Amino acid sequence: MAEPTQPVIAIRTGGSEDSVRPGRFAPYRAVLASRARAQRSYRASFRLDLVSSALVAVVELAEVLVLYRSVSALGGLSLAQVLLVFGLADVGFSLASLGFGHVDDLPEHLRRGTIDVFYLRPQPVLAQLVTSDINLRRLARAAVGLAALVVGLIVAGVPATWRSAALVLLAVVCGTTISSALYVAAGGLQFLVIDGAEMTNSFVYGGRYAATQPATVWVAPVRAIFGYLVPVTFCGYLPVLAMLRLPAPGWLPAWLAWCAPLAAVWAWGLALACWRWGSRRYQGAGG
Amino acid sequence: MRARARVWWRLVVAGMRESATYRLAMLGGLVANLTFGFLKYGILTARVHAGGAPVVGYSVAVMSAYVWLSQGMLGSINLFGRTALAQRISSGDVAVDFLRPLSVQTSACLREIGRGLLALAPRGLPSVAIGAGLVGMALPYGVAGYLLGALSLLLAIAVSATTVYLVGVSGFWLVETRGVQVFYMVVSGFLAGLFVPIALMPAWLQVTAYATPFPAMLMMPVDVVSGRVGGLAALGLVMAQVGWLLLTAALGSRLTAAGRRRLEVQGG
Amino acid sequence: MSTGSTVGDAVIRTEGLTRQFTRREGLRKVRLSAVDGLTVTVGPGEAVGYIGANGAGKSTTIKMLVGILLPTSGQVRTCGLEPMAERVRLSRQVGVVFGQRSQLWWDLPVAESFSILGAVHRLSPHDERARTVELVEQLEMGPFLSTPVRQLSLGQRMRAEVAAALLHRPRLVILDEPTIGLDVVSKQRLREFLRAERTQHGTTLLLTTHDMGDVARLCPRVLVIDRGRLAYDGALDGLSRVVGARRVLVVDLDEPVEDLTGIAHTEHLASEAGGLRQRIAVDSEATTVPEVLAAVSARVGVRDLAVEEPDIEDVVRRVYLAQAGEGQRSVGPAPGGASGGASGASGGARGGASGGPRGTAGPASGTLGS
Repeated sequence: MAEPTQPVIAIRTGGSEDSVRPGRFAPYRAVLASRARAQRSYRASFRLDLVSSALVAVVELAEVLVLYRSVSALGGLSLAQVLLVFGLADVGFSLASLGFGHVDDLPEHLRRGTIDVFYLRPQPVLAQLVTSDINLRRLARAAVGLAALVVGLIVAGVPATWRSAALVLLAVVCGTTISSALYVAAGGLQFLVIDGAEMTNSFVYGGRYAATQPATVWVAPVRAIFGYLVPVTFCGYLPVLAMLRLPAPGWLPAWLAWCAPLAAVWAWGLALACWRWGSRRYQGAGG
Repeated sequence: MRARARVWWRLVVAGMRESATYRLAMLGGLVANLTFGFLKYGILTARVHAGGAPVVGYSVAVMSAYVWLSQGMLGSINLFGRTALAQRISSGDVAVDFLRPLSVQTSACLREIGRGLLALAPRGLPSVAIGAGLVGMALPYGVAGYLLGALSLLLAIAVSATTVYLVGVSGFWLVETRGVQVFYMVVSGFLAGLFVPIALMPAWLQVTAYATPFPAMLMMPVDVVSGRVGGLAALGLVMAQVGWLLLTAALGSRLTAAGRRRLEVQGG
Repeated sequence: MSTGSTVGDAVIRTEGLTRQFTRREGLRKVRLSAVDGLTVTVGPGEAVGYIGANGAGKSTTIKMLVGILLPTSGQVRTCGLEPMAERVRLSRQVGVVFGQRSQLWWDLPVAESFSILGAVHRLSPHDERARTVELVEQLEMGPFLSTPVRQLSLGQRMRAEVAAALLHRPRLVILDEPTIGLDVVSKQRLREFLRAERTQHGTTLLLTTHDMGDVARLCPRVLVIDRGRLAYDGALDGLSRVVGARRVLVVDLDEPVEDLTGIAHTEHLASEAGGLRQRIAVDSEATTVPEVLAAVSARVGVRDLAVEEPDIEDVVRRVYLAQAGEGQRSVGPAPGGASGGASGASGGARGGASGGPRGTAGPASGTLGS
């Protein structure tokens, strides 16, 4: 072989105890930290991503503002109230897409065969896929959502009580959980319909869109789907109804807002079932 | 001339073939159209009712037509800004395209039009049929209305092709066209009237929108087909579409020539 | 080298391994066997070449061996584990290089990919550093260690891929087309590294390839798969005997001459450009290229030459034909199993004859010419 080279290696080491085996979460931490560093290191590209992500959120907010222009209320909510719904739902969804958005890349992994690489590593495939990236740019989107939420909290006359605080917290935490579940469920189904990603996306992004709307305007089947099956009303609409003690539409009483954790568990059960179904089909193990 | 027409038709067919291979994608698109269609139908008809009297020419039927037509057209017009051309320019493959005895612009646009036309069958018609069947919508008046509507639809697909071509061709000057593409994606849908009808927007936003080619891709054909704008005014909209088509095509042709010179000078 | 005697600690052991897929042809659903009744045992430290035409079932086999794909029927154990059920445990003992599917992080420097993989396999920092230093040195990756993967040349990237698959010191290394698209020097370097790795650490190698050169220089044992079925399992020289190890010598001559026939142990294949270029098949068992070249030079001046290695597709085709011939002969009083069994003892058994459940029914029995 050729002349020996002097390898220059820059390898990070994890502390002083050199021979200790790293912990269970070290694999995930290593990938995520490196992804975050990589994204920030492409400054121009990252700035563009941040700006475009914020722009998307602004345009979505503009849609709501245009709709509520020159009407006092729509679907039982005023502009201030719907801002609150939008803010809660969007903060939850943005946080979910920050951590889970790249599950959307699954069809690309499937087409290029790179998904197989995940099967060769000693961690669960879903956990690896989720921690394979982090979309820092979605922070810009979360910021727009947060702004809408803060303005909504101020102008909608939310009572400054512990009850309101609890509902906001519940909505954001469960909203993030439910939205994450949507990404995972869509990912699982993408194993089955690689080229039909738009189909699975329709309930992820359709779900996001629905989460920002007052459920009163929906026809019954839509209410059943986005109220219970894909329970996005728990992300914003129901908590706002409960917070402001507004009249609720049929089949969706306001007290349901307190059951958001149940909705989150249901969404994740569905998501994991979809994932299991899809990945087992991919491995040829049948549905 | 006949020979050229044949070449053009072949390109349109090639575009159709390309997208016909993705049947599942078509079905996926249809499901997405229907999901968003029903969500939009709810909130927009609520908006019509909330206004009491019909808002700026919108009855429930016309609003429903707006929802289903705009969803149905989504597969046929390119609001993403992504083109094969941009990729070929950045990889340098475009040099090969210039060697062919056929304009790069013409062939790119015709393929795009082919794709757009093909998508009408599996995505456009079912979206409109299902939506209209379930909740009803306004339809064009008489034969003339249908003919003008069809022409307007075709023009919309063509304007979309010539406009998105401009995004791709910017790659001759920009190392990274993703910025332009992302900006196009964010702005085009909103200004085309996909999210809310342009007539609901404040005056300054309406002026801004109509200063761009985007309404010619969506809002104008929807207004013509739904009959919200009728008679001579509808003819005016179609003429405006023709104007945007000529303008964007001319600009694209100038940019292509300039890009080619740049390529020849720099040697790719 | 043993093929079947060390059953207890076999690294790979399959029995009747079968994988079927359903494909839609028009309206009908057709069931196709990608892998059909594969019975193979690979012992520790062996190096096995797994060859076959495109779509013969190589990748499907690998996927079943590492737990990505569930077999339709049959048994498979890799490193003594059930691949699907014990995927995580297995992944700690197996390293896989998919030629076309990168394990590295596209936009990160090579070194960072290694340190992430070290974390993924939960190597201690000490282990990770020691192993990285070793691999960097042996694969000469020093010069591009801080280069982002997307900027590497194909040869550099493949070395990095191999290192990535070997970082956790797997017992079994599976390489899927590791040398595809590489230049001669890169190929050679990679082969030498794999040989050294095998001798030093006793690593078991299984590689699929289109390059007979890989097999010749790395793998004492060869498996040939044809349309999902094992067509040959045995020593490389045995394969040469079955198919006739013919390399083709292509000579460009100073002047056009008539066909260069009558050279010992060669067969004239073709003349081009009126006799200016001639192609001669050389029986490597009986003579050497230099000898043939000398014989040609004695007749006419040679301007240029090239030696073509046997083409894999050609080898597979000839394995198939050879067996079809044998299968037909075995209709007679002396069944083909007799000769197969004899060579089986020396490790050069055909798959069908190695005592497996498939008996002597060669893959081609009766289907020749279809």
